[in-house]
Amino acid sequence: MGDTAVGGRPARGALPPIRLRLPRSRGVALAIYVGRRVLWMFPVLFFVILITFVLMHLAPGSPWDRTGGRPLSAAVVANMNVKYGLDKPIWQQFLLYIWNALHFDFGLSYQYQGKTVSSLILGGWPYTFTIGLLAFCVIVPVGIGLGVAAALRQNTRADYSAMAFATFGAAVPNFVIGMLLIIVFGVTLYNVTGGNYSLPVSGFGVDDHLIMPVVTLATLPTAYIARLTRASTLDILRQDYVRTAWAKGLSERLVVLKHILKNSLIPVVTALGPTFAILITGSVIVESVFVIPGIGRSFVTAVFSRDYPMILGTTILFAVVIALANLVVDILYVFIDPRVRLS
Amino acid sequence: MAVVATVDQAVDWESPEQIGLWSDVWRRFRRNRLAVAGAIVVAVLILDALLVPLLAGMGLVQDPIHQDVTHIFGGPSLHHPAGTDYLGRDTLARLMFGARISLSIGILVQGIILAIGGVIGLVSGYFGGRVDNLLMRFTDIWFAFPDLIFVLVLVSVFGPSILSIFVAIALTNWANLARLVRGQVLSIKEKEFIESARAVGSSGFKIMARHLIPNALGPVIVTLTFGIPQAIFLDAALSYLGVGIQPPTPDWGVMVQDGYQAMNASAGQVVFPAIAIAITMLSFTFIGDGLRDALDPRMRR
Repeated sequence: MGDTAVGGRPARGALPPIRLRLPRSRGVALAIYVGRRVLWMFPVLFFVILITFVLMHLAPGSPWDRTGGRPLSAAVVANMNVKYGLDKPIWQQFLLYIWNALHFDFGLSYQYQGKTVSSLILGGWPYTFTIGLLAFCVIVPVGIGLGVAAALRQNTRADYSAMAFATFGAAVPNFVIGMLLIIVFGVTLYNVTGGNYSLPVSGFGVDDHLIMPVVTLATLPTAYIARLTRASTLDILRQDYVRTAWAKGLSERLVVLKHILKNSLIPVVTALGPTFAILITGSVIVESVFVIPGIGRSFVTAVFSRDYPMILGTTILFAVVIALANLVVDILYVFIDPRVRLS
Repeated sequence: MAVVATVDQAVDWESPEQIGLWSDVWRRFRRNRLAVAGAIVVAVLILDALLVPLLAGMGLVQDPIHQDVTHIFGGPSLHHPAGTDYLGRDTLARLMFGARISLSIGILVQGIILAIGGVIGLVSGYFGGRVDNLLMRFTDIWFAFPDLIFVLVLVSVFGPSILSIFVAIALTNWANLARLVRGQVLSIKEKEFIESARAVGSSGFKIMARHLIPNALGPVIVTLTFGIPQAIFLDAALSYLGVGIQPPTPDWGVMVQDGYQAMNASAGQVVFPAIAIAITMLSFTFIGDGLRDALDPRMRR
């Protein structure tokens, strides 16, 4: 073909940039779509609260059960039930909760007496959010990078190494990974350097405290995203237009970024939505191993102590985050593949 | 050439020398050495799961709950090739017996997830519009409510049987696959070969079965194979909480968890079951990749 433009098309290597702007009519349609989806969050939240409410009360046990020690006397339990409104019929409790939630009143925690659910969640979320967001920032470039590299070098040593890492990341649970990191970078490194340097093994701080929790949290999703990217990139590599792109001599960077990567992103972006939501709302294991006062841990203790308002509050937060994350994913589809129509 | 491929995908040529889709797939699957190796490993694991009680009865495998109390945390030896755990039980025997539950979880749970998530994703993506919106909002709801409570309730209502644990794990984990399949279908259904399939009058069902499913397969296989260890660990976490598989029943996930408690005393107790899980996952990955390649018309030579 040469460097001369054919039929008014731009010359080789000078394709128009990736369109990130939609035609105006589609922009308006998208805005309407987003508005409708945001409104749809209300029924979704309603059902999430309803289901959680029912499940919570169906689960055996009550908030006033005590493991070990003496059980509370019946009179105390009755008083507690009155205080927290648990003596009312369950539908009244539900409606009352919805009414209060509409006024951003999510009630008092049972396990932390005298504290509101809002203050507990807002107190713990910054820790969880920081670690989750950082993990996400590791997962996206590393996972996608490894995946594309493995696919481009299919059945080579690089591909097999990425596969080995992915298998390790999936077959070794994150509490073991966390403990391995602690043994290596917390204990062994401390001994080797004669006590001069090691990574902190517990607690939270915006410094090297973050390294091990973030790595632990990021390993499995990175492995998954890498494999997903590889699989979907391999599908794209076999497409005729990729062969055409290579054949007409486009630079490797251009072919990989524009023709291959962009078209293989749909499944990756789909998986990243829920991954993001799960990451920023906490992992009980990572928060337990590294002793971080986040909401992942407090949610699990809430489930086991039947701290109903705390369970509901955290669930609502997660529901909002996952609904928004999936909305962002659906919008991204349109930019990745302009043929996708949202309605 | 590209045109021929498109027409070939869209039209059912009924010439006498044409081999059926599935016998062709099988032929190409057999040529893939990794895939065949994966299938053999899985077959061996399944045979092990089925026959291990018999082998134990014949004295070839040790009793997985017998405690050799003089060899707690024993390293690998002639008598205990993979060492012993914190109660002096033979790790090799526990691994071989553990395949019964762990393999069933691996396969059955992913099967249920594929059935639910696959159908919801396919229908949602293919029909789009209102169907898509309702199904995906349903998926959002399912994503959001806490699985832990759901599992607790399910197990307390139906009892802590293996079946209710399988169902509970599958029911709390299909949403991701549904969104993935739907995303794939949304993009694939706008491609030219789907249009040509429609143009020659293929039914919706046929388009889904022949074009959408094979083309959406890659990421689905990755997700299912990654789901195998996750289901095993979830089951182990549940048994730790007292609602899953009850001790002393051997299970790979529980073995990893127990081994983790004493990683310093004997690393093998974590390493061996983790290797078993990794081998299972890898085998299924190879099988899945082989299947995907065999189904891909572009790979035809």
